[in-house]
Amino acid sequence: MSFRLEPRADASVALKLSVSLGAGLAALLLVAVPVLFAGRNPIEAYGLIIQGAFGSLFALSETLNRATPLILTGLAAAVAFRAKLWNIGAEGQLYIGALAAVLVGSGLLQMPPALLIPTVMIAGFLAGGMMMVLPTILKQRFGADEVVITLLLNFVVILLVQMLIEGPLKDPLAMGWPQSVPLLAEAKFAKLVPRLRMHWGLIVGIAGALILWFMVRKTVLGFEIKAVGENRAAARFAGIPVDATMLKVALISGGLPALPASARCLVSKATFPPTFRPALVIPALSLPCWPGCRPLAPSLPPSSSPPSSSAPTP
Amino acid sequence: MAYSDSIVLSLEGITKRFGKLVANDALDLQLRRGEILALLGENGAGKTTLMNILFGHYVQDEGIVRAADAQGTLQVLPPGSPGAALDAGIGMVHQHFALAENLSGLDNIRLGTEGLFAFGGKAAARKKVGQIIAESGLEVDLDRPVAALTVGEKQRVEILKALYRNVRVLILDEPTAVLTPQESEGLFTVLRRLAANGLGVIFISHKLGEVLSVSHRILVLRGGRKAGELVTADADRRAIADLMVGKAVAEVARTPATPGQTLLEFADVHLRQGSARQSLRGVSFALRAGEIVGLAGVSGNGQGGIAALISGLAIPDSGKVLLNNKPITTADPRALVAAGVARMPEDRQHDGVVGTMSVADNIAIEEVRGAAFSRMGLLDRKAMESRATSAIAAYDIRCPGPDAEARLLSGGNVQKLILARVLERTPQIILANQPTRGLDVGAQAEVHYRIIAARDRGAAVLVISEDLDELFALADRFLVVHAGEVSDAGPSDLLDRGAVGLLMAGQAA
Repeated sequence: MSFRLEPRADASVALKLSVSLGAGLAALLLVAVPVLFAGRNPIEAYGLIIQGAFGSLFALSETLNRATPLILTGLAAAVAFRAKLWNIGAEGQLYIGALAAVLVGSGLLQMPPALLIPTVMIAGFLAGGMMMVLPTILKQRFGADEVVITLLLNFVVILLVQMLIEGPLKDPLAMGWPQSVPLLAEAKFAKLVPRLRMHWGLIVGIAGALILWFMVRKTVLGFEIKAVGENRAAARFAGIPVDATMLKVALISGGLPALPASARCLVSKATFPPTFRPALVIPALSLPCWPGCRPLAPSLPPSSSPPSSSAPTP
Repeated sequence: MAYSDSIVLSLEGITKRFGKLVANDALDLQLRRGEILALLGENGAGKTTLMNILFGHYVQDEGIVRAADAQGTLQVLPPGSPGAALDAGIGMVHQHFALAENLSGLDNIRLGTEGLFAFGGKAAARKKVGQIIAESGLEVDLDRPVAALTVGEKQRVEILKALYRNVRVLILDEPTAVLTPQESEGLFTVLRRLAANGLGVIFISHKLGEVLSVSHRILVLRGGRKAGELVTADADRRAIADLMVGKAVAEVARTPATPGQTLLEFADVHLRQGSARQSLRGVSFALRAGEIVGLAGVSGNGQGGIAALISGLAIPDSGKVLLNNKPITTADPRALVAAGVARMPEDRQHDGVVGTMSVADNIAIEEVRGAAFSRMGLLDRKAMESRATSAIAAYDIRCPGPDAEARLLSGGNVQKLILARVLERTPQIILANQPTRGLDVGAQAEVHYRIIAARDRGAAVLVISEDLDELFALADRFLVVHAGEVSDAGPSDLLDRGAVGLLMAGQAA
């Protein structure tokens, strides 16, 4: 008896849904194994996860706070994947975005907040975008693999940032801590709720998701991105500028993870310590790969995903 | 009969379903020793599926395959195992060759059967292959790298590879698609000789003429079922054609052309492309309003370059392509579309449609930036849908609706979709590249009718086809391309297949 896997010609909505939910359930069941090994009750553990994520106003705020970069890095991977580009460099893009935010927002430019905040965010977006545009150009010109390049760029950027905040960008008032100079007061994001760390970055994240959804569904660019991703040869034959479209996607995809980074730097404390290391890559990438999920579906990641980002040092 | 009666291969009650589609429906097939059996049917009739089951690439849902062992006893072949098929003495020559281009013919023949570095293996292999060549007439230079061989020679290496494994059954999948008429004749001579020596041959084709000339017996498939089985000697061309399509075949009528002014001109065009053979070397010709020009040639002799230039995918390295007397200077499909060029791609599934996008999207794709389908970067979905709805009706595109994904359409319906896309703007110049390859006769007639109608209203049409029958049915005038050079063969009324065949092979007529 031998088995063969063949794709289904068509799948019902119920099947797609059950596959999606089944995957989540399977993940929870797998988690139960190590929990049992540790001699604890998995049911209790699930309860604690839910309580920790939604149990109090503070917990909810922290969950949303941490969801923000996940939303945008998930979207970044998803929008790149729509054009069959792989963006594994969210972490590097996030760092470079934060770096750009600090460079622009810590005294270089003097503007009122209404101008400075968008300027800082655009700087972060462009810096992050370049981290995806360059690998894409290398891919187009030399056939270089963007998976490897974006992955390795993460380390390059992290080391660069460490060097800078130990050196030229080090805050002289930080009592020797490797920490960047603070952002100007005008560049800081307002808090959504007093005394919680939740901030406008969340709104930016949600707005980014909505704008992206609109772009993909309703615009010529979204149409062209889909055509390029699904069948490059047919897109080229139909006259869609394939390379230019991929570069646009790369800019968006690289820029998105940088947005919350610049936003985060714009939060109350507004410095940039080296322990700011949210390890976003894996959870963000897994979101668009969630079974049955269409790209761009993960605009709200499941909050049950393990706390994957270490909080910024307060 | 020239062949003996002992059965070497037996397929019994083979059924294969893909979702709702029944690709093979309880098919039976027996092949005898020394027999050439033609498997005839249109694309989608189930020929390739059946052979893929036989060779272990697919697993049948029902039915068994039995093959004779060395003693001539039929043994059941385990499903889904190409290795078992090879061991049972079944060899297959695919349409797309499976050869290592950088290795010599001899090494390719040995590859997969024995280690290439085994001591003394090469000399023994050379002796055995030499013997096979002497018996079969499959002349080929064994020491040249395969990349340097012609398509016909590569095919001979593939056949030698199978014979080297002592096959008792040889399957050839559309072997003449890549050959000139003369090369095809050479292949048939070899096959007759191999069969006379006891080999069982299955010859897959959708070309009636060659099937009649080479086979002993014909099995006609239609829609996954056996439509008929007949002995070639008693077969009648007309009857087989009707068996293949299931209805009487009508020819599209064509009146004499009245050519007008020149709309598209190639002037000493050079274009480097792929191999030297595919590159264009000083190509000049003109397309005039109100005529259909047929471009004949063995595939891979420069048709790709000519099509790329007219499609806006390339510009000449030197020389000029003049569109309405103005040279084309940038490779921009959109500019050509806007200038009134309709382009039907050679590989319609690969280049013509985005399978996962809807019928409406695929009809709009060339003009999605234009005012018809978008405003300030925003898609006008309503306009796209209403255009698709009218196209589906006007061109008889069989699909669930404008929202259906294009990948669900059959080849014929994809071609109708492309026709609807490109003819809607009443183009002045039409490039029809392999316009009916793989289509059933009904869709074929529909496409021909549209092309002739476009000519009659004054369009200039270039038809590129490997099917000479199609070119004779459509073309007012013939061009023949060989090794990147185009020769004018003159009006089609004054030509016959033999003369075109000689030009295709690069000899002056």
